[in-house]
Amino acid sequence: MIGWLRHHWLSFAQTARRLAANPLASLLNALAIGVALTLPLGGYVLLVNLQHFAGSAATEARISVFLVQEATRAEAAEIQARLRATPGVRSVEFVGRDAALAGLKRTPGVAEVVATLRENPLPDAFVVTLTARDAELAQRLEQQFGKLQKVAHVQADSAWVQRINSLIGFGRTAVLLTAALLAFALVTVTFNTIRLQILTQRTEIEVGKLVGATNSYIRRPFFYLGALQGALGGLAAWAIVEIGIALLNRDLAVLSGLYAVDMRLQPLDSTDGLAVLAFAAVLGWLGAYVSVSKHLYKIEPS
Amino acid sequence: MGTAIVSFSQVSKRYPGGYEALKNVSFSVEPGELLFITGHSGAGKSTLLKLIAAIERATAGVVLVAGQNVSAMRGAAIPFLRRNLGLVFQDQKLLYDRSAFDNVMLPLVVTGHPWRDAARRARAALDKVGLLERERANPITLSGGEQQRLCIARAVVNRPNILIADEPTASLDAEYADAIVEMFRSFNQVGVTVLIATHDDRAIRKLQPRVLTLHRGSLA
Repeated sequence: MIGWLRHHWLSFAQTARRLAANPLASLLNALAIGVALTLPLGGYVLLVNLQHFAGSAATEARISVFLVQEATRAEAAEIQARLRATPGVRSVEFVGRDAALAGLKRTPGVAEVVATLRENPLPDAFVVTLTARDAELAQRLEQQFGKLQKVAHVQADSAWVQRINSLIGFGRTAVLLTAALLAFALVTVTFNTIRLQILTQRTEIEVGKLVGATNSYIRRPFFYLGALQGALGGLAAWAIVEIGIALLNRDLAVLSGLYAVDMRLQPLDSTDGLAVLAFAAVLGWLGAYVSVSKHLYKIEPS
Repeated sequence: MGTAIVSFSQVSKRYPGGYEALKNVSFSVEPGELLFITGHSGAGKSTLLKLIAAIERATAGVVLVAGQNVSAMRGAAIPFLRRNLGLVFQDQKLLYDRSAFDNVMLPLVVTGHPWRDAARRARAALDKVGLLERERANPITLSGGEQQRLCIARAVVNRPNILIADEPTASLDAEYADAIVEMFRSFNQVGVTVLIATHDDRAIRKLQPRVLTLHRGSLA
């Protein structure tokens, strides 16, 4: 067991030394992979931020409940009581049809239109304020209120959140697609690097086979090389995205000042960052695996 | 015959393209024997040695090494066969990206030998071939004779049962050649089976070993 660990450690150390021996080539490889990964990663970060923004600002904790025209005062009072008794509701404000019309009349531009009306077309309504900004709660209550007697229409003000969410869904698909394509690119880049490395180490491989090295012993450093290079690429992508966010935030700070809203982009959190490293390492390993299976067996001592 | 460490029975080797390097060769080697294989270049000496180490595979016949049928051996078993062989070939295949010491360490490193003991053995092997004081040197800075001795050190470091050398004295001065022949004899004296392909008559006259002569792929 210890021998086996030491074996692995030795090939890992050898791989690291090999990378360090060609710093420029290693750096360029890592950058090439990093740039390829930056596109989906950057897209992902923007999506997460958009989602975060939609989640915090958008979930207006209010639901408008419109009654049918013929609802009586008594029915309205009963509904109000029911709304108030619902868990998750903080307060219920009654907006009578007359008050609503008066409100409209004060709105410039609409006033003239309203003046031509012979009778008030507006229903009585309630504005329900919820206890929490929770899109799920809003959606549930919206459905629940819609089923009440004499309620004509329920409007959660978070409707546009759903629109953003569907937009985010679209963005996510786009990010996944680029990620899949560029993952393929990463595998290809590693495939080629490993192929070159196998050719450079041809003599070493032959000698290794002559002195009784098993295939898995010979393959191991190449797997490490692929995985390590992938991980370095992931690290480069992470760094590029962080730098990008920092630059964007500098510009956003100006906008934030003008609009008095906090619009700073959140950086990639460390769990996601580490996941990217692991993902890139796995892809690098995969590229190395394919390359080694294809090229290593052709090298035999002669 | 049952105790033979290497045995060929009716072995032929035909290369792709039709060239027949060995034709119907049969012989056997007892453990601890010192055997020279001679013949003109192209007679099939190298091919014969490569068949023992499974570098080439026989197209007909059976090659047995330590009881194992090498001609039908699975690829995965070959490394373990080679760990019992010490190989010294004409193109020395030393690694020039590491020291002489690390070159000798290689056979022990690939088998996961404990490092401390491996280093001790590597130094002992270097000492035996007279290169201990050059252990830090890069092999490329060594002379032809020294490189050949380094190969021998690498071949014997894992204490193989069989030592196989292909023209170990070719391109060496007589003096160096004698030293190397003497080295093989000393390994043989401690019980290692030694097979040497050569057309160095001096060595044969000196050691008086058993000699197989190949002529155009057949035993004469």
